Formats: sequence, C-alpha cells, structure tokens
Amino acid sequence: MEQAFEILFTASFWVAAIRIASPLIFATMGELICERAGVLNLGIEGIMTAGAFAGWFTVYAGGDLWSGVLVAALAGAMFGLLHATLTVPLGLSQHVVGIGITLLASSLTYFIYRLALPEVTSPPKIAPFEALAIPGLSSIPVVGPALFNQTPLTYLAFATVAIVAWVLYRTPLGLAIRAAGENPAAVEAQGISVTGIRMGAVMAGSALMAVGGAFLTMSAFNSFFFQMINGRGWICIALVVFGSWRPGKALLGAILFAAFDAYQVRLQQLSGGVVPYQVFLMMPYALSILALILVARRATYPKALMIPYQKGER
Amino acid sequence: MRLEPKSAPPLGVTLLFPVAAIAATLVITSLLVLAAGASPFSVFYLVARGAAGTQFAALETLTRATPLIFTGLAVAVAFRAKLWNIGAEAQLYIGGVVTVVLGTGALPLPSFLLIPIIMLAAMAAGALLLLGPAVLKTRFGVDEVVTTLLLNFIVLLFVSMLLEGPLKDPMGLGWPQSSRVVAEAQLPRIIQGKRLHYGFVIALCAAAIVWVIMKKTVLGYEMRAVGHNAQAASFAGIPVNRVLMKTALLSGGLAALAGFSEVSGLKGNLTLDLSPGYGYSGIVVAMLAMLNPLGVVASAIFVAGIFVGADAMSRTAGVPSYIADVMVATALLTMVTAILMSRFKVRWK
Repeated sequence: MEQAFEILFTASFWVAAIRIASPLIFATMGELICERAGVLNLGIEGIMTAGAFAGWFTVYAGGDLWSGVLVAALAGAMFGLLHATLTVPLGLSQHVVGIGITLLASSLTYFIYRLALPEVTSPPKIAPFEALAIPGLSSIPVVGPALFNQTPLTYLAFATVAIVAWVLYRTPLGLAIRAAGENPAAVEAQGISVTGIRMGAVMAGSALMAVGGAFLTMSAFNSFFFQMINGRGWICIALVVFGSWRPGKALLGAILFAAFDAYQVRLQQLSGGVVPYQVFLMMPYALSILALILVARRATYPKALMIPYQKGER
Repeated sequence: MRLEPKSAPPLGVTLLFPVAAIAATLVITSLLVLAAGASPFSVFYLVARGAAGTQFAALETLTRATPLIFTGLAVAVAFRAKLWNIGAEAQLYIGGVVTVVLGTGALPLPSFLLIPIIMLAAMAAGALLLLGPAVLKTRFGVDEVVTTLLLNFIVLLFVSMLLEGPLKDPMGLGWPQSSRVVAEAQLPRIIQGKRLHYGFVIALCAAAIVWVIMKKTVLGYEMRAVGHNAQAASFAGIPVNRVLMKTALLSGGLAALAGFSEVSGLKGNLTLDLSPGYGYSGIVVAMLAMLNPLGVVASAIFVAGIFVGADAMSRTAGVPSYIADVMVATALLTMVTAILMSRFKVRWK
C-alpha cells in the first residue's frame, strides 16, 4: 500500500506520464481546433495512424527526423482536407464521414506499409528523437527530468498548447474560429468565409493529430506496428470534452490521464498477478467514460458543433 | 457554392447513384492497384472470381456476409434514429460470450429449446450493453459515439480476461479460447460439408422483421421522426427518450446475434479473433444500403464478397489484401456523397 503511494514521488513515474501525455496533447489540441470551429472530427484515430506511419517511413527512407514530422503533418492535413470537403461545403454527416476517414486512413496506411515492406515480419527500427536535457532546469528533483529532460517533440507539444491558446483567444483569426463554432452567421456578417475558416481549422487540427501519431513512432517507440494507436484518438475526443474546449484545461486533462495510465502499469507490477492485468488495461477507457459523465452535465458544447452552415442562412 | 434540394427524381435515377458510387470506388482503388504494379482489370477480375466464381467462393461470401447482415441491421436501426452506435463490435463479442456461457453444457436441453434460449439471452446482453450509453446520452448528455467506441476496448479486454480465466478451455493447451459449444447448441450447416450455416437464414429473417418494424409499425415511424428532427418529434408528442431506449435495445440485440451466429454456426467456440472488425464494417454495410433493412442484405453480401475476393486475389496477384478495407472505406465515402448528390443540386456561384 505504502509502495503504491511512493510511486507518485518517483521521477521515472512522472517522466513516463509526460511521455504518455505528449501524443495525446498534440491530438487533443487538433481535435479541439476542429470542434471549436464547429466540426467534430472522428477521423482522429485513422489520421493518427497515418501520421505514425508517414513520420516513421520518411525517416526509414532516409529523411531526417524533422522532415518526418513535417511529412506526417502534411499527410494529416490531406486527410483533414478530405474530411473538411465532405463535411463543410457538402454538409455530410460528420459522424459517418469521420468514421469513414478513420477506416480509410488506417487501411490505406496498412496497405502502403505492406506494399513498401512486403516480406517484413518484424518491423524495422529507426533512430528516434533523443532526450534533450535543458541545462540547469533538468537537475531539479522529480520535476526536472519529467519536464526538462524529454525529447524535442514533447517540448513542441507543450508549445503547441501555448500557441493554440494564444491564437484562439488573442488573435482575430482565433475569434473567427471560435465564432464559426458558436455563431457562424455572425462570422459571415463580418465578411469572413465560414467555409474557409472551418476547412482551415480541420486541416490544421488534422495535421496536429498526425504529429501526435508520429510521436509514437519517432519519439516513444522506434518502429511502426499495426493497431498502434489503439484507441488513443477516441480518448482525445473525451479529453476535449473533459477540458470543456479550453486548451489549458485539456492539457491538464491529458497529463492527469497519462499519469493515471503510467500509474496503472506500475500498480499492475505491484499487484503481482492477483488482479487480472486486463482490469488495469481497462481503467484508462473506463476513466474516460467516467470523466465524460462527470463533466457532461455542465459541458457547454460550441453551439454550432456538428451543424452544417450554408452561406446566407441563419 | 450552395446546395439546393431537388424534387424527387425518378426511381431509375435514384438507383443510378449507388452504381456511380461503386464505379467511383473502383476508379480510385485502381490507382492503388497500379501503384502495387498490377493491372486493375486483372485484379478486379480476380476479386470477382474469388468472391463468386465458384460454388465454394459464393458459399464463402454468404458465410462471411452473415455477421455483416446482423451488424449492418444493428447500425441501420440505430442510425435511423440518429443514435450513433459505433459499438456493434462490443455487442457482438458479448453475444459470443453468452453463447459459450449457456452453450457449453450449462443447460441440458434439446436443440429446439436451447438455441432459441441462447439467442434471446445473447440479444438481451447486447441490448443491455447499448442501453448504458443510451441512458448516459438521454440522462446526462454524454455523447454516445465516444462511449460506444470506448466500450469496444473495454469489452474486448473483458473477453480476454474471461478467456484466460473462467471461460478458458481446460483442453485448450493454454490458448485463450473457450470450450466448444455442445452439439445441441450448434446451428446446423445448410449444405452438409460446407461452411454456410443456418445463421444466414436467421439473418435473412431478421432483415425481414426489421424491415416490417421500420416500415409498418408505430415504433418505426417514431424512430424515423426522432432521427429526422428530435425537437419536432418531441413537440409532436413522441417520447423521444423512450424511443431512443427501444432503438438501443433493438440495435444492441441485433449486433449480439452476429456473435451468437459466428460461435454457434461457424467457429464453435469463442476466441479473441471472433470478429475481424464486423462491428465497424457494419457501419459501411448500413450506409451502402442507405439504412434500408432489405438493402443491408445486398450490401452485406457485396462487402463480404470484396473481403473474400480480395483474400483470394492477394494470394495470386501479390497486391496486399488490405486493398479490401480501402475499397470498403472508399465506398462508404463515395456512397454518402452520392446520396447527397441524389437529393441536392450543387450550385456554384
């Protein structure tokens, strides 16, 4: 029992928690941007898969790591463009299109993987991002290694939250994005195209989701596996609701969730097989549902979320 | 760009759009086949031959279509009322669990009693599983898309736990699999020595029953009204929440039958690979059928044919069989676009 408590004060636990949080932070910010503009993006799971592969494959084929991140973002933006084209100007069901994008992006990724590496049984490895210690700060006990001795992509994840928050709340573009999700007619009245804002938001958001996927292959692990996203995308959708569509709160949610995930792995080792390991693996998903129940009552959805908008309509 | 509603086109034109969607899918996937260094014509020929070219292939397609009919019906029923059930996969597995719990000797009954009891129990379990998200949706406003999706992962882990614990086959040489169901709990084969079983016939009956419910009963009318506009339906005195509950029960029950028929009719026991994603493919099946229960039968056979045919093609032509999943996903997106085009005129200005 005491051991279970002591885990919380070890540096390795918090290092793991922040590492687990990083891909979730990217993808949650991506989903948040889409939903703030009024588009639910259920393509997230597939887009993360595509990003994980695109980033890894770029490096495997000889590119450097940052080109890999860029290629992943581009791949994500392309699926975002497809999602946005079908849901924004055409106004098709965001649920159905999102599921379609998830199926398409993941199966296309697996197809290309098999095509590129036909005879491979164990996935080839790349040299992933290495931890970059920030001098001074990284030697603070517990907090230092957790926050200041991570890979550059983790720093980028935290920077993304700051940038997304700044754009959303401090720039005219952010005002337009938020208004597109709340009151699109008002955006149109300003002479700004709702279609343009929403499509741009979905593309940018999808690019972030793909970078979240790429974190897994380029920073956390060093190769691409089938089913490696394993529900992380759906959890990010829950995290957006949990964070009531605010970047800061969503970041907090992602870290809490990741800490719990890192904790259950350690508890599992402590329990010594008395409790079936599946119970521990279920906990993150059950926790997401619980979080949704707790928050849903006072959740204030963007009012125009999932409502297609046509020019000249109110 | 604007969308303007069209006046109802003649039936011929309406039927033309699904065909156009399939044609568009073939063109798009041709590019991938070309990328794989094969000829699209020979690949599609091989897929078609692998799906329906021989008696063996055709029976295999119908066998594969059986669970897809059930999950397709489950999705069609739910989506009609705009209840976004993405959890057919979990409901399928729960149906499989109930089948092995009751079917491996717990109930010493003759077939004609045992099979209906198992079917009803499986349906009840699947129905209850979807009732949870439906209650969360109506009572707490929790989006059912995320809850049903997350439940897929929870249920699969739960099944894994059962298969390594209480349901583990003592004779299974350590594999995580259940014991085989007794002979009385097995659906017979339609043709001796072939894999096609009476689950297919039950699936056809289910489609007919669901069609009657959707088109001829008050519940069906209420489901459509709720799906069309929940506020207007509520204003017209339809008890929206109760309709959503009934929809959830029906949808979850139908998806669980897929698990029942796979265990009882085909596999004989429960393993973690009982479904290669039939719950998710059910969404495609339902959308290709434009949510029509009878159309589900046709689209399930079509989708099953693509999977069975692609497997056969992959062995001979060297194109990865994932092309089947790509085709199915592309067909979903082209189909929803085609349905839109059949209802609206696109005006550029």
